[in-house]
Amino acid sequence: MAEVLPDLSRRRLLLGGAAVGAAALVAGCTSNKEDNADSGTSSQTRVNGGNNAAPGKALTMGFSAPAADHGWIRAITDNARKQAALYSDVTFTQVDAGADAPAQIAALETLIQQKPDVIVLLPQDGAQLTSAGKGAMEAGIPVVNLDREFSDASASRLLIKGDNYGMGFAAGTYIAGKLGGKSNPVIAEIAGIDSLPLTQDRSRGFKDALAVHSLKVTNRVAAQFTAQSGQDVTANLLQAASHIDAIWNHDDDQGIGVLAAIKQANRKEFFMVGGAGSLNMMQHIKAGDTPVVATVTYPPTMASSAVSLARLIVQGKGMSDLVELQVPQQIVLTSETITKDNVDKYLPLGFES
Amino acid sequence: MTDAATGTAATPDRRTTWWRDDASEPVRRNLALVGVLVLLFIVGTLARPDIFLDAHRLWSNELTVLTQASSIGVVTVGMTLVMISGGIDLSVGALLALASVWSTTVATQSYGPGIMILTALLVGAGAGLINGILIAYGRMVPFIATLAMMVAARGLAEKISGKLTQLVKVQTINKIAEWRPLGIPLLVVIFVVVAGLAWILLNRTTFGRRTVAVGGNPEAARLAGINVRRHTMLIYTLSGLCCGIAAIMVTAQSTAGSSDHGNLYELNAIAAAIIGGTALTGGRGTIVGSVLGVLVFTQIYNLFIVKNLQTEYQQIAQGAIIVGAVLIQQFRVAALRRPSLGTSPPTPGGSPPGQTSEPAAESGAARASQTTAAN
Repeated sequence: MAEVLPDLSRRRLLLGGAAVGAAALVAGCTSNKEDNADSGTSSQTRVNGGNNAAPGKALTMGFSAPAADHGWIRAITDNARKQAALYSDVTFTQVDAGADAPAQIAALETLIQQKPDVIVLLPQDGAQLTSAGKGAMEAGIPVVNLDREFSDASASRLLIKGDNYGMGFAAGTYIAGKLGGKSNPVIAEIAGIDSLPLTQDRSRGFKDALAVHSLKVTNRVAAQFTAQSGQDVTANLLQAASHIDAIWNHDDDQGIGVLAAIKQANRKEFFMVGGAGSLNMMQHIKAGDTPVVATVTYPPTMASSAVSLARLIVQGKGMSDLVELQVPQQIVLTSETITKDNVDKYLPLGFES
Repeated sequence: MTDAATGTAATPDRRTTWWRDDASEPVRRNLALVGVLVLLFIVGTLARPDIFLDAHRLWSNELTVLTQASSIGVVTVGMTLVMISGGIDLSVGALLALASVWSTTVATQSYGPGIMILTALLVGAGAGLINGILIAYGRMVPFIATLAMMVAARGLAEKISGKLTQLVKVQTINKIAEWRPLGIPLLVVIFVVVAGLAWILLNRTTFGRRTVAVGGNPEAARLAGINVRRHTMLIYTLSGLCCGIAAIMVTAQSTAGSSDHGNLYELNAIAAAIIGGTALTGGRGTIVGSVLGVLVFTQIYNLFIVKNLQTEYQQIAQGAIIVGAVLIQQFRVAALRRPSLGTSPPTPGGSPPGQTSEPAAESGAARASQTTAAN
């Protein structure tokens, strides 16, 4: 027993020392403020003029989206929150979606108990959250289904989503046009997480658009939407093909790593098209300092629009440019192609990856 | 070389050939891994003769394989030391992410490349030290302590970065992944240097001998006068330091710091160490084996991409190789446990079933005391 005492004191000393050291480091080096950090996002939320902008019936809006694991989802959450703040008649309640679909279902149950006037929901998984959406609808709370579609249309009042197939199609069309009838070009595709339906839709659209011009994907690799995985697959891809004519990269977050690998391999003979439309990629397109000449959008501003429309649904107003008195059932955003010619117009919509 | 696991193998009796001798087991295993690599080259030659039969393209491709292996390689070296000492470090991927994020915040970047590198190393080593303290002095099971660190460090990395990918604006850092002194990528040089230092540490120093002794039988090592706790603490700190080094490498490669970096590195590092012959039970393992293990996995990954195959097949192949390697290890251990006429060599993984722990402890203590005496 005698030897326990010095042990204890030493342990305390070490633990204490470690804690103090860690605290000092935390205080010193984790400041992440950048002066212009918000400049890119201010235009991603907007209240257009007209009758609908006028304050109406006060309402509570519940919001749930998966935890931000990359720039796009983070932009979704930020946009929804900021857009809601623009309306004096909207009270915004955000519930944490947790790690997976069951956790989000549980969070949604809690939200329904609070009886908000409307719920905006980006599900972890559309199919698994369908019954939760139905539950809310049956409780008299309209649900705005954001991006990941429920398996049953009756589970939501409004579906607003991006177009993954169209995104691939737009990229394919742009690449085919830019290659301009070159014979047997080497076209490489850097996909995102292969098991996700959205990746499969994008690849299908890309393939179909190329097929229209009798072209095909020569090399295809799949990364994981992260910068590191983008670098890894691209470094190997560049070895697989000693000459490439065009690359489509599904996602601008992983595009950071893709561009890094291209620079490290010192390759320049091809052009590249991005996907999603991050601020960083748009700046590269504008500057022309990388092989990236275009990116096809999958805009996170859909969250801002969803919040606006959710408000209109509760207030019983229609979209002012449509003749109908109510908000439509489904809105599918178009995937736009951003090039050097129109990049200035889109820069304010770029999200930070 | 690569004799870390042998300890004091019993003097080979007459019937022991080189193929059955315990002392040469790591060498045999490493030769087998080299054989696997050769096999992969043959497969590559059949699949893509235009690359594998063209000296210039082959050189370029293999440099890419080595470069892509270097960050996980450095992490695996640290993991190997931890595993030889009888522990496990599940937090390596998360520590890499935390170090990369911490060293690429706007504040840290404003101090320039030197401070960024120092921050990554300090964060890695510091978090490793906390692991070590929890395990050695808090008496936590390594699996649980590092599991907690894995979750917490990844969370802290997400908190600091705000889940954004932090672009590195300091070009000196990005250049680390582009520099090629004498045509060899700097990342590969770093990998070779780290592996070389670890090899010397493990095979040519008291510290290395003690690591094997602690992993083989901690109680015997303690009785032999080794400060097991302090040693354990240092081992985890070293593993954390390796994560810090790897964090700089990954940050340079992807030109960004991110809480997503090092995803699944813990599993890849453990897998590479295991097929390299490092025992999960401790006391056995080699640096060369782990390096070869990393190269085998990276080469397979490369082959699948140059052959334009989908990556799920690669994961299946990876799983099959792990199972194969461990099965071979099992058979070998079973063969060692079989009663033999001569003096059976001590089983470093612990006492064989059916015996009291005393003989094993004795042999372990003898081994440990010999080690300390020898130095």
